[in-house]
Amino acid sequence: MSHATTYRICPRSGLQLEAQAEKLILANAVAAVVFLLIGGILAIGVVLTRWPAVHWLEAATFYQVLTAHGLDMLIFWIIFFEIAVLYFCSSTLLRCRIATPRIAWLAFALMVVGAVVNNIAVYQGASSVMMTSYVPMMAAPSFYLGLILFAVGALIGCFVFLGTLVIARREKTYQGSVPLVTFGATTACIIAVFTIVSGAIILIPTYLQALGIVKHVDPLVYRVIWWAFGHSSQQINVAAHISIWYLVAAVVFGARPMSERVSRGAFLLYILFLQLASAHHLLADPGVSTEWKVVNTSYFMYFAVLASMIHGLTVPGAMEVAQRQKGYTKGLFEWLRKAPWGNPVFSGVFISIIGFGFLGGISGVMMGTEQLNMIIHNTIYVPGHFHATVVVGTTLSFMALTYYLIPVLFKREMIAPRLAKWQPYLFGLSMYFFCLVMMGAGTLGVSRRHWDMAFDGSALAYEWPGAAYMMMGLVGISGIAAIVGGAIYIYVTVGSLLWGKRLEGGAKSDKVTPIPPTAPAAAAQTYGSMGFVAPGTFVLAVVFLIAFVLYYFINWKYLSTLWGLS
Amino acid sequence: MSAILPPADRLWWKHPIDRVEGTWIALSFVWCMIMFFMMVLWHVYGEQNLSTETYKTTPDAFIAKTQAMVDQYTVRTETDLEVPVVAPPPGSDVYLIARLWSFWPILELEKDKTYRLHLTALDYNHGFSLQPSNINVQVVPGYEHVLTVTPNQSGEFSIVCNEYCGLGHHMMVSRLYVR
Repeated sequence: MSHATTYRICPRSGLQLEAQAEKLILANAVAAVVFLLIGGILAIGVVLTRWPAVHWLEAATFYQVLTAHGLDMLIFWIIFFEIAVLYFCSSTLLRCRIATPRIAWLAFALMVVGAVVNNIAVYQGASSVMMTSYVPMMAAPSFYLGLILFAVGALIGCFVFLGTLVIARREKTYQGSVPLVTFGATTACIIAVFTIVSGAIILIPTYLQALGIVKHVDPLVYRVIWWAFGHSSQQINVAAHISIWYLVAAVVFGARPMSERVSRGAFLLYILFLQLASAHHLLADPGVSTEWKVVNTSYFMYFAVLASMIHGLTVPGAMEVAQRQKGYTKGLFEWLRKAPWGNPVFSGVFISIIGFGFLGGISGVMMGTEQLNMIIHNTIYVPGHFHATVVVGTTLSFMALTYYLIPVLFKREMIAPRLAKWQPYLFGLSMYFFCLVMMGAGTLGVSRRHWDMAFDGSALAYEWPGAAYMMMGLVGISGIAAIVGGAIYIYVTVGSLLWGKRLEGGAKSDKVTPIPPTAPAAAAQTYGSMGFVAPGTFVLAVVFLIAFVLYYFINWKYLSTLWGLS
Repeated sequence: MSAILPPADRLWWKHPIDRVEGTWIALSFVWCMIMFFMMVLWHVYGEQNLSTETYKTTPDAFIAKTQAMVDQYTVRTETDLEVPVVAPPPGSDVYLIARLWSFWPILELEKDKTYRLHLTALDYNHGFSLQPSNINVQVVPGYEHVLTVTPNQSGEFSIVCNEYCGLGHHMMVSRLYVR
C-alpha cells in the first residue's frame, strides 16, 4: 500500500495539513458555502412573505421556497461543513493522512449529486412538502432519492473520519488520548451515524411509497422515526459547534480545557442522551403515552441539557483562565473586556455561545417540557428557537471558524478585514433580535409555515392581535439585516478564496511530523479542585440560570390560565 | 495542553475538577431535577395535561360518528357553505374533523362544562390551534385523539390549522363558541 502524499506545516498556525485531506476539506467547505448562498437567497423570499406589510410571494412559491430553504440550510450547508470539520479534526489535528481519500471523494460526489437532485425536485414544484415531508403528503420520488444519496455520502464521510482515527493511532502520530476537539468531533460522528441510519429507516420506505411499491407508511410511525433523524441531526450540529468553541478558545487564547474530565464527560452525555430528546417533537401527538413523553424529555433530555450547561461554563471559563494567566485579573470581567473583540474568530464564537445558551437553550427546554409544549407547538416560536440554536449556535460558529481557516487552509489573506470584523455583530445580533420577535409572535400563537396570517379567502378568518402583526413585521426587518450579514460572510469567504493575496503555504514534505508528546504539565495539577479559577464566568452562568428559572416558571403561569385539559 | 493537543495526563478522567465547575454541575443537576419533578407534579396537581387517549380510526368511521352528532345537535348554520353549528350536551363526546382545508362542524360548548373532544384528520397531518387561548395539538390521520376539555372562558374562539397541509393551508380556519 503506498501513501503517496505530502504534508506541509502552515507557518501561521503551526498546523500540519496533508495534501489529500486539505483538498477534501476545501471541497466540502466550498460546497457548504454554495448551499448557504442558495439557502440565503431563499431566505429573502421567506422573510419578505412572512412580513405582513410586504407579503411578497404567491402561496405556491412561498411553500416551495420554504421547503428548499429548510433543506439547504439545515441539511446541506451544515452537513457539508460538518464533514469538512470532521476531516479537519481527524487528519489535521492528529497530523495524520486521511483514510481512503478516493472513497472520501466518492462520498463527496454522492453528497453533491444528492443535494442537487433534491433541490431540483423541489424547484420542479411537486415537492413542496417542507423539510419534514410528513406522510401521507407525498413529494416526487427524486426528492427522497436525493436525500438518501446525500445521507449515504455523509455516512461514508463519517466512516472516513473513523478510519482516519484508526490510522493515526496505528501510525502513532500522537500519544495518549486524542485532543478534546477531536473527542468532540468523534461524538458528532457517532451521533451522525445514528441519525443517518434513522433517516434511512424511514426515508427508504417513503421513497418506495412515492414509487408506488409500498402501499402505506403510517403517519405516526413516520413522525416518531423521522424525528430520530430530524432532531438528532441538530445534535450533530451541537457536538460539532461546541468542538469548534473549544478549538477557537485554544487558537485565540491558547486556552486549555478547565478539566478534561468534565468536558469529555459532557460530550459522552450527548452520545447517551441527546437522541432520545427527539421525543419532544411528539409532545402534542396522539398515540404515544404520557410516560414515554415525560421519561424521554426529562430524564434523557435533561442529561443532555446538563451537558450543554457544562460546556456553556467550561468554554468561556477556559478563556477566562487563559486571560487571567496573561495578567487580565482586575475585577470579575477584565478578562472579557480585554478579549479580542475585533477578531471575528473570537467575536463570532462568543456571540454564538451567549445566543445559543440564552435564546436557544432556554427556549428549547421550555418547549421540551411536556405540558408547556402545548402553548407553542407548531407556532412560529419553534423556528424562533431553532434559529437561535442552528443559526446563532452552529452557523455563526462555522463562520467564525472559516475566518480562522482562510489563511491556514485557503492560504489566502482575508479580503475586506473591516467588513469581516463587523460581520459577526451584524449577523449575530440581528439573528438574536429575529429569534426574539419570532418567539414573541409564537407566544401569541402565530403559526409557523403559514403563508397568510390574514387568512385571505376564508369566511371565518381569525384576527391576530396587533402585537402579533407588529412582531411579524420586525421578523421581516431583522431577517433582512441577518441576510445582509450572511451575504457579507459569503463575500469575504469567496472573495478571499478567489482574489485574496496568496500566502506562503510552508515547505512540503512526504514525511509526517508526529505531534511531540506533551510533557505532563505541572499546570494540570496546579489548578483544579483547589481554587475558584473563573469567577467572572461563574457570575455569567448564574445570571443565565436565573433567567432560565424565571422564564421557565413564567410559562407555567401562562399555562395555568388555559382551559382545563386532561 | 490545549484543546487541540492530546492531554498531558494520559488518564484524562483523573483530571481534577475545579470548584467553579463542580459547583456549577451541582447547581445544574439540581435544576434539571426540579424541572423533571415539575412535569410529574403538574400531572398530579395541574389542570392542563394533554391526554394521550388514542384509537385507530378510518375516515368513514369518524365521519359517521360526527354526522350522527351533527344530525342530533345542530342549532344553526354559518357562512355560505352552511357549516353546521353544533351544541352537544355537557359531558358528551364531541367530534371535530380536520380535512383539506376546513374543520367541520363548528362546536358550541358551555363554560366550565367538560367534554370529550375527539380529533382526527381525514387526509394529511393538520394542526388544532385554539386562539386566542393558544392550545396547540397535532392532528394525525388514522388516529382518533380524545382530549377532555373544560373551557374556562366564554366567547368566540378560532381554530387555526398550524400544520402545513398544502396550498389552501392558510384558509383552514374555523370557529368555536363557548357560552
